[in-house]
Amino acid sequence: MNKSELPDPFEQARVESGVGYMNDQDDPVQILLRLKDVRKSAHNWKTFQSGAKPGRIVVPSEVNIRETRQIPFEVDPPEHGGFRKLLDPWFKRPLNDDYQQKLQAQIDELLDEVLNKDSVETVSEFSLKLQSRALTLLLNTPYEESEVWIGWGTHVFRSEGVALDGDKANILYDYIDEQIERAAAKPGDDLYSVLLNSEVNGKKLTKEEVKGVMILTFAGGRDTVINAVTNSIAYFGEHPESLARLKAEPEITGKAVEELIRYFAPLTHMGRVATQDTQVCEHAVKADTRVSLCWASANRDASVFEKPNEVVLDRKVNPHISFGFGTHNCLGATHARTIMNLLLKSLAQKVSSIEILECKENIEDLEQFKRKVGFDSLTVKFKNA
Amino acid sequence: MAKVTFITADDEQITLEGDSGSVMELAVQNDVAGIDGDCGGVCSCATCHVHVAPEHLAKVGSASEIEQDMLELDDNANEYSRLCCQIELNEQIDGVILRVAQ
Repeated sequence: MNKSELPDPFEQARVESGVGYMNDQDDPVQILLRLKDVRKSAHNWKTFQSGAKPGRIVVPSEVNIRETRQIPFEVDPPEHGGFRKLLDPWFKRPLNDDYQQKLQAQIDELLDEVLNKDSVETVSEFSLKLQSRALTLLLNTPYEESEVWIGWGTHVFRSEGVALDGDKANILYDYIDEQIERAAAKPGDDLYSVLLNSEVNGKKLTKEEVKGVMILTFAGGRDTVINAVTNSIAYFGEHPESLARLKAEPEITGKAVEELIRYFAPLTHMGRVATQDTQVCEHAVKADTRVSLCWASANRDASVFEKPNEVVLDRKVNPHISFGFGTHNCLGATHARTIMNLLLKSLAQKVSSIEILECKENIEDLEQFKRKVGFDSLTVKFKNA
Repeated sequence: MAKVTFITADDEQITLEGDSGSVMELAVQNDVAGIDGDCGGVCSCATCHVHVAPEHLAKVGSASEIEQDMLELDDNANEYSRLCCQIELNEQIDGVILRVAQ
């Protein structure tokens, strides 16, 4: 009964000093671990900027493998606000009924494919497919396009054993360049075309800016969604009572989604660059050095969450920051929440139990900390209800 | 039943009625502009921020510590601020007026 557990490797450092340390390619990172510090620093975009050299706020740093600025992720206010104003309505489309009906149909079809198979490798045969197919709805591109993305494998930037893989990144960048040229030549109603025809802050978006938005959309929503889905399958595998409860009390599904996302924290942390000498919980932060905002640690902060290491399915007050906080909060959060909501509802309806046959954990190496973020593989058998 | 009046950023007045759930849910179900309730009401997203009319603050009650910590970082927050996902919809708050903060 512990394969689905995601231990908290940060507790001691969080309580004792509030920060961790990571050298990361000689551009060191102070990892902020306490919820209130993380939230305050995320709010304070003037001191802790995102608009540094492209790739620098990502940990491990991507400065050596990427030149394109991800937008709006690596842009600060006031320019940032113009981009969010354009993008927010598009990324809220998952709230529309017809979007949800299409997504529900995708999830149900996929579940029907895997139900009662003798064994299913969840990451490659379920989560990656679900994530890729759902992305066609978010981008408003043809469903068949998901086959290309599924063919890329589970990681856009990362491959097993290699934290940074420039070749894989190039596959994505070349693909996006092609798609932008296609949309420029023959505009349709997909996100590429919409962006190419949009103005932000009084100027038409350049192809490089469109590329920046698209890279963010692909990269930001891939590992994260795959981990959230895979970890959910593992959790329900070991907690059939929770699946039964969701079936009996579908009204708690929204709270369950938030709680699972708190517990999983699919994105461990995200960096910022200090624009001036400052301090966080009595630790000096020098100008032009990096900090990271550790969502995963903050979500287990016992000064805020009761029973932080337990999944309390109907947790009522749950100020988690798995989607970040403040100006740069997650653009894809509505899409992710909708996927999780419909997935939980479908699992509760269609599945009676999930047996975990085999698994291989995915452990992130943060030097001082080793964090399980999910699974490289998770082989299960789904039994229908 | 409780009546709740929302005043949006465009000064539109919307009076709604309900008897269960949270004030945020009532607002979202009726598309009150500026109340998004992204997290579904667990005090995580701060997209349901309202200013309670001063004379109604007593019946609505004050924010919990967790809620205050969220509001502290909201530039529009003042002493009348609440996250309305944390306000239960019941007869006790009948007649309350809430100004949408965003």
